[in-house]
Amino acid sequence: MAATTTPSPVTGPSVKDAAEHARRSNRKWALGLLIAVVVLFLLYWKILPAVGGDTASFFRKWLSVSAASEMVLWVIFALGLNIVVGYAGLLDLGYVAFWAIGGYVAGWFMSPFASEMMNDKSWANLKFNFLGHPPAIQGLDRGIHLNFWLVLPIAGLICAFFGVLIGAPTLRLKSDYLALVTLGFGEIIPQIFRNGERLGPGGNFNLSNGDKGITPVDTIPTWPFSYIPGVPDQLGLRAEDLPFKFLVYCLLAAAIVFLSLRIREGRLGRAWLAIREDELAASMMGVPLMRTKLAAYAVGAFAGGIGGVAFATFVNGIYASRFDFAISIILLAMVVLGGMGNVWGVTVGALVLAWINSTGLEQFGNTFNDAVGTNINFKNYQFLLFGLILVLMMLFRREGLIPETRTKQVLAEPERGELEAVGADLEGEQA
Amino acid sequence: MSQATATVSVTAKRTPAETRALIIRGTSYVLLAVTALWILYKAFTQPADFFTVGFLGLKFGALYALVALGYTMVYGIIELINFSHGDLFMLATVVSGLIMVSWLARTDPTVTGFLVMIGALLVAMVLAGSVNTLAERVAYRRLRRAPKLAPLITAVGLSFIYQSVGIQMNGSGQRNWSTLLGDRSFSLGPVKVQWSVIVVLTVTIPLLLAMTYLINRTRQGKAMRATAQDQDAARLMGVDVDRTIAFTFALGGALAGAAGMLWLQSIGTTRYDLGFQLGLIAFTSAVLGGIGNLNGAVLGGFLIGIIQALNEAFLLGNAWSQTVVFTILIMVMVFKPEGLLGKPTTEKV
Repeated sequence: MAATTTPSPVTGPSVKDAAEHARRSNRKWALGLLIAVVVLFLLYWKILPAVGGDTASFFRKWLSVSAASEMVLWVIFALGLNIVVGYAGLLDLGYVAFWAIGGYVAGWFMSPFASEMMNDKSWANLKFNFLGHPPAIQGLDRGIHLNFWLVLPIAGLICAFFGVLIGAPTLRLKSDYLALVTLGFGEIIPQIFRNGERLGPGGNFNLSNGDKGITPVDTIPTWPFSYIPGVPDQLGLRAEDLPFKFLVYCLLAAAIVFLSLRIREGRLGRAWLAIREDELAASMMGVPLMRTKLAAYAVGAFAGGIGGVAFATFVNGIYASRFDFAISIILLAMVVLGGMGNVWGVTVGALVLAWINSTGLEQFGNTFNDAVGTNINFKNYQFLLFGLILVLMMLFRREGLIPETRTKQVLAEPERGELEAVGADLEGEQA
Repeated sequence: MSQATATVSVTAKRTPAETRALIIRGTSYVLLAVTALWILYKAFTQPADFFTVGFLGLKFGALYALVALGYTMVYGIIELINFSHGDLFMLATVVSGLIMVSWLARTDPTVTGFLVMIGALLVAMVLAGSVNTLAERVAYRRLRRAPKLAPLITAVGLSFIYQSVGIQMNGSGQRNWSTLLGDRSFSLGPVKVQWSVIVVLTVTIPLLLAMTYLINRTRQGKAMRATAQDQDAARLMGVDVDRTIAFTFALGGALAGAAGMLWLQSIGTTRYDLGFQLGLIAFTSAVLGGIGNLNGAVLGGFLIGIIQALNEAFLLGNAWSQTVVFTILIMVMVFKPEGLLGKPTTEKV
């Protein structure tokens, strides 16, 4: 059969087969999700307004266009966290910090807020507009207004910088300590934003407008697609803009999916997987541990920054109280549920949990209460649900719902045996 | 545990690694010295305020020490950061509030009031201890040989489950409970001391002494120390490792339960996510003292309590206390990962 190929070692063909298999499954998933996105978009854009009636109200209840957009935004964050946790195996419990930083970058560069950053009003006349699209209301053109598509990479890079900053002191630490330090940063950074109304000497500098938050945020320009008839040239808060906004967020999520898949195939991605599976062996094979881990933080944070900007345009503002620890954990639950390291698994996990979070649980509760005649507030059980997902998955299906073949193989290996345990102890004694 | 740190006098050229270590150590000493100087300065310029605040810090410190002990014991024995530990503490605050206020309605400092308080203390301790042991039995035991991420994520999940129970019992916002002592206080010269400080210390100090006795002098304590050192060797020597680990969880949980009751009686408010915040502070205390080291946890708890109280009174204020505590955590991790009293190891950090 293989007459033309040279005889290769036993592992050769199987590795090739695995790569081919992965490529095929990637294509299948991508196509499936693309079809779903197109169908939903057409539904929200043309079909539902035309049909109206019960169908429209059913969708408004169970899967409104803003619920769908929010789900896609959660996918972006979950995929970013997946790079750190799933690929590189570094437990990050403070991912919400990047969401916050991304959001505030949008607040600084895409809203009138920059003109209010000095409490003595010395910046009140600040006006800077570079291809920006401030809301068309008198007085909102103050401050800095950059183009949405420009702010995205800026926020990504700033977040990547902070990712490295957070990562750098923690690199010497082993997994559980690392988790704690990232958690510490994840608490410190939102607290700085929460208290950031009067900083600096004399409390003159307003970093974040404190609990009041920053609003409004600029619209999303659609040039050059605005030449297509029917496409609005700016996506704001009007009802007809929302399906297009959904499409924009899907585009961003697709970009992150593409980034994740491509990096995973490359040298860096393979180095991450090697570190995840055995740090010592990886460093023996010449993987530079520090640089590779920092890269994981940077890339993961980059995705968080992009998501943060997109989320700011979604809620038309940045509110400090949103950035709490629970978000980091919900993201972690998404990654764990879907299958750590598998992009498609994490995407599905994020979609499912985000849907439960936004409309699913509430609607299910309403339906259940109507049918049974009880009066249970299902929203209250959200914490229980997420906690149970984490615990049960860890106990019974550690590889997630849609695991990677590779993770399945690693987990199928026998657990750490007695001999190895002795070896680990000897390792500790050498110092 | 002998602190045999070999001091090598380097006269010849230093290697880059040594220079870096020197810089790191130097920075940490400078930071420590600045903090100490600042504290001394405050003690001399505003002595009355300083000591009033100091007593408050002592109260918080005692509570942190109790919770930190639970973290450090569990970490010492199975190297797990038990994320759900703080939430046990929160459940204990709520349960003790339910017993004393909603159920028995004891809110006056009478003799029966104090007897009920002791009863509530015992109930909270037993309850938190059994929940912790149950969690160990159901979840952590099965994951003992799994990759480290698995038990850690399980602990985070349990923490969410406990918080959900807390929401059901305590509501989703902050809830104020009336307490026996309120903020009644007495004066010691110009220094104001709350009675609740005395109550907290009279419960905490005997508990800490009992712990020291239990771990250093009893058979069970010996088994715990042996298991912490080497599980396999301990098993070979006839120690029932599973039972010892379960006992450690029970003990840690009971201390968190005691801390919970004391917190409610001395602060009077609780919230479903209190355990998360306080658990992190307590964990920081454990790390500061040297994780796995019991004396270190107590020392770290008191230090963090006092630093936090001083910060709230004199430095940045209430709104920044999380930031200050976590900055300490990160500094300790970076400069001295083995903590104040821990012995340096390569494996643990």
